[in-house]
Amino acid sequence: MEFFLSSMSTILKGSEVTVNLTVASLFFGAIIAVFVALAQVYGKWWLNFIATVYERILRSIPILIIMFMIFFGFPSFGIRFDPFVAAVISLALRSSAYQSQIFRGALLSVSKGQIMAARSLGMTGAQTFFHISFPQAVRFSIAPMTNEFTIVLKDTSIAYALGVTELLREGTYIVSTSYEPLLIYSMCAAVYFVMTFGTNKFVSLMEKEFAIPGYEVRGLERG
Amino acid sequence: MKLLEVRNLKKSYKSKEVLNGISFDMDKTETVVVIGPSGTGKSTMLKCINRLVEPDDGQILLNGMDVMKARKIEKIRQRIGMVFQDFNLFNHLTVLDNVRIGPLKVKKLQKNVATELAMENLKKVGLTSEAKSYPSQLSGGQKQRVGIARALAMNPDLILFDEPTSALDPELIAEVLEVMRKLALDGMTMLIVTHEMGFVREIADRVIFMEKGEIVESGTPEKIFNAPEKERTHQFLAQFTKFGREK
Ligand SMILES: Nc1ncnc2c1ncn2[C@@H]1O[C@H](COP(=O)(O)OP(=O)(O)O)[C@@H](O)[C@H]1O
Ligand SMILES: [Mg+2]
Repeated sequence: MEFFLSSMSTILKGSEVTVNLTVASLFFGAIIAVFVALAQVYGKWWLNFIATVYERILRSIPILIIMFMIFFGFPSFGIRFDPFVAAVISLALRSSAYQSQIFRGALLSVSKGQIMAARSLGMTGAQTFFHISFPQAVRFSIAPMTNEFTIVLKDTSIAYALGVTELLREGTYIVSTSYEPLLIYSMCAAVYFVMTFGTNKFVSLMEKEFAIPGYEVRGLERG
Repeated sequence: MKLLEVRNLKKSYKSKEVLNGISFDMDKTETVVVIGPSGTGKSTMLKCINRLVEPDDGQILLNGMDVMKARKIEKIRQRIGMVFQDFNLFNHLTVLDNVRIGPLKVKKLQKNVATELAMENLKKVGLTSEAKSYPSQLSGGQKQRVGIARALAMNPDLILFDEPTSALDPELIAEVLEVMRKLALDGMTMLIVTHEMGFVREIADRVIFMEKGEIVESGTPEKIFNAPEKERTHQFLAQFTKFGREK
């Protein structure tokens, strides 16, 4: 029992790092995603082209390769990242590609008529975006983002490969001294499950909280 | 000086000519109605006036200001209200915010001033009680009245109506026409595209019949409905009486 509790507290310490990795990656990913989506929806053809190439490439490379390129590759240009930072950059870049597609779909589902009405009132393009398109697109994005939250959360475990002491690595340390792999890894799995379940509940609460009365929330799923 | 002057307005999509030289003008407080078959360019013409659609050629003067040469078109759009067939209310905003957002964010009035202005205009359309509702919670007729209040709140010189009742169930049309009738009596300058011929007869100061991107003829409702000069006008209007109904 004592072993169980001490293991649990170590794993929970690791899960704090996991949460930090997840939140930071999603946050920076979201910021990049907004710009990628803007370029795709409103940009001139060449901006649209660059954004689309960026998004397609990042969606097709395994996350481990992105991490290795950033962690091991960048030092050859004299840029050396801390493992945690390298993991966040990698996860954020990859997530931005997926989030951009969710946000792009959401932007496109704001009706043209509303945009026209906003312009007819004398709003500038920027005012129309900030007051009309953006607030609705964010709401449309919440539900399809659930999936993305879960995927990024689970993929933080790959930061293990860079030596980030997140949940899985903490678990592995315990295994290496206690030889209880099944128990310890089950505990790790349980923590992931609880976090995923909690996140999903939280997101669906947010979805209700910010729902526009009478409007179904629509958007793209990660495919 | 005329409130609105439109001279030789032209617009093509690809090689398709939609407006081929439209000219007319409007005085302050005048109610002008544009009628004509669908696909004739009526909506395009309205959108050219505030340059939501960019005209290819022609001149538009609002109170003598050259709309085509405006350095900031947003300044001119503030003076031209627009009411849409599909309402185009902002779905994520309450009724109050839909009406208030123009004065607040575009004219940058203080919040309490903008709120008062919005409530005043909601009163004009009989919807103060729905101020806190969202568009999806309203009937079509109520939505369109909010659309009208939203345009009115900018205190425009002119309001353009593009088939404001065409998307409405028949039983909801009257409440919208009633609001428009009141506006006409209050001296609002209105340019209206509609197929509600009974309403046109009653409130129009002048009727313009448009077909295939051209103005075929224009005149008082009496002239257009009772004694049109052109055969095309006569034929168009015949559709509305053929079945013993004047829509
Ligand atoms: N954005 C557009 N692109 C191409 N063609 C258009 C566009 N908007 C309108 N049209 C065409 O212009 C013509 C006139 O349209 P419209 O102004 O909507 O007519 P109305 O309002 O009289 O029904 C139609 O043939 C329509 O198909
Ligand atoms: Mg039309």
